[in-house]
Amino acid sequence: MIPAAVIFGYFAVVLYIGIFASRRAARRSDAEDYFLAGRSLGPAVFLLSLFGANMTAFSILGASGHAFANGIVTYGLMASSSALVIPVCLFFMGTKMWALGKRHGFMTPVQMFRDRWECGHIGTVIFVVQALLLIPYVVIAVIGGGTVLASVSGGLVPFWLGGAIVSMVVMSYVFFGGMRGTAWVNTFQTILFLSFGAIAVSAIATGMGGFSRAMDTLLASPSTAPLLSRERVSAAYFFSYTFIPLSSIAFPHIGIFCLTAKRLAHFRKTVVLYPICMLAIWLPSVFLGVVSNAATDVPTIQTKIEARATLAAEGSTLSPERRSQLRAAASGDDVILKLVEGYAPLWLASILGAAVMAAVMASDSQILALSTMFTEDVFVYYEGTRRFGEAVQVHTGRIFVIVLTCVAYLIALLAPQSIFDLATQYAFAGYSALVPLLVAALFWKGSTRWGALATTVWTAAAVAAVAVLQAVVPAPPAGAAAVSILSVGSVDIVTRAAVGTLVLGFLPVVPMTLVSALLMVVVSRLTASARPSHKTLSKYF
Amino acid sequence: MAPALSVVLVLVLYVLHQDFWFWRDVRPLVFGFLPIGLFYQAAYTLATSVVLWLLVRWHWPSHLEDRAHQ
Repeated sequence: MIPAAVIFGYFAVVLYIGIFASRRAARRSDAEDYFLAGRSLGPAVFLLSLFGANMTAFSILGASGHAFANGIVTYGLMASSSALVIPVCLFFMGTKMWALGKRHGFMTPVQMFRDRWECGHIGTVIFVVQALLLIPYVVIAVIGGGTVLASVSGGLVPFWLGGAIVSMVVMSYVFFGGMRGTAWVNTFQTILFLSFGAIAVSAIATGMGGFSRAMDTLLASPSTAPLLSRERVSAAYFFSYTFIPLSSIAFPHIGIFCLTAKRLAHFRKTVVLYPICMLAIWLPSVFLGVVSNAATDVPTIQTKIEARATLAAEGSTLSPERRSQLRAAASGDDVILKLVEGYAPLWLASILGAAVMAAVMASDSQILALSTMFTEDVFVYYEGTRRFGEAVQVHTGRIFVIVLTCVAYLIALLAPQSIFDLATQYAFAGYSALVPLLVAALFWKGSTRWGALATTVWTAAAVAAVAVLQAVVPAPPAGAAAVSILSVGSVDIVTRAAVGTLVLGFLPVVPMTLVSALLMVVVSRLTASARPSHKTLSKYF
Repeated sequence: MAPALSVVLVLVLYVLHQDFWFWRDVRPLVFGFLPIGLFYQAAYTLATSVVLWLLVRWHWPSHLEDRAHQ
């Protein structure tokens, strides 16, 4: 119970920072101050909170869980590609969004799109698609919170209660603290989980008697040796993952975060230090996830390994229900916690549990972004502020925070899916496919609102198609051949593999993004007469 | 530095991410425990930071700050 007590202490600190400490720094009580911290964040808070906003349950729990099952490839799939793509996007697009937001008062990406393409309802369509794609991201945090609390309390706090507690804590400081509270909490959380890696690695290395022995154990077994290379992964699959980090800049919460910096110069440190932060968090998470496979003296991890072995050996002969049970038993989402419990002293395990919780709770900025989008893109756009005043606008945002948190919690209870799969299949791929929207708005004079609409509708349709396909066609057991869904001649175009749906061997994110860009170009050219006025274009170019 | 060269630098970095040369290798184990494939990707992350530092140094869009305050 000590780790659970430390985590509850951590909740108290976070609530204090988010609700009270950040309020002292507030200078105004208007919408811009609540939703954007008055565009006044300093360089350190901007870097750490922006980075924290990008790190979710996915980064520590999902990464180590994925590495537990798939090996070192996890780092190359997400961390190193993100370390390049995300800062480059911030450099080229984030800075321009900041300047436009500062100059024209934009508070959300949709406000900018509406102005840029002189459109109204098309902006509403973009809002709906963005909001629907962001909800899974919030759900991830609830699932992560439930998993961590259930794990550190030894099952005393059940999953449903853990998820509810985490939701309540996040909702409270977002409700009261707005963007400033969220940014301050994110900064604190980022510092906590940046220090997690080094502490966890040294504690576990000591507990395991050094990692060299663990490596020898892994290399000695034919089932675990492939985890130390990428031989199980195709080059096309590996390449596909470089498209996923594109999603970051298209996520509304990151776009909105770009507007909170006090000065453009604050982006400099963020761009340069972002890869270092990625390294500090992901390398230990992935490495420890892999090393867990050698932790055969930790009974809970041994149970997972056995479930995975049964699934691999007898998967095709088992009933779908049994397969689903074994998948759940083999899931590595809490493996890092089990490792820490098994090898670190109790007091250290408690602190590390709190650090993991810090990563899990980084959904606050998504909740706030959805609230900002709802009030600015719907309430304000459809005359709400004019009729009811700015105070009601902020109240509306706060009520939306409560409603959204409750909806995300209910979805989390009904969606027992792996954190990693949930994130990759829906939110990330969809947002990557929305990037052409941002690129066209910022850099291409010839783009039109019809091109933007085509891109948005395509993204929504493609995400829905992949989701339906994955629901209708069950995944083959790990190691089994992919199921062909669409083929031309002897060439499989669409297949359903254990890792998900593949298009010509690539993850759906690749064709989704490329078709999205193509649609923007083709439809904009076909509707050249709908180009915005010279006056509007002069604001952007 | 010419912008075109910087674009090439970023593209080269992007290509270097696909390190097919260490695809099936585990050894050498760097520091006795880090598989070479993982070590390469970690070193790649550090190299990314250096390239971004150069990019910021050479091509920082300071004109955007002036435009924002206009």
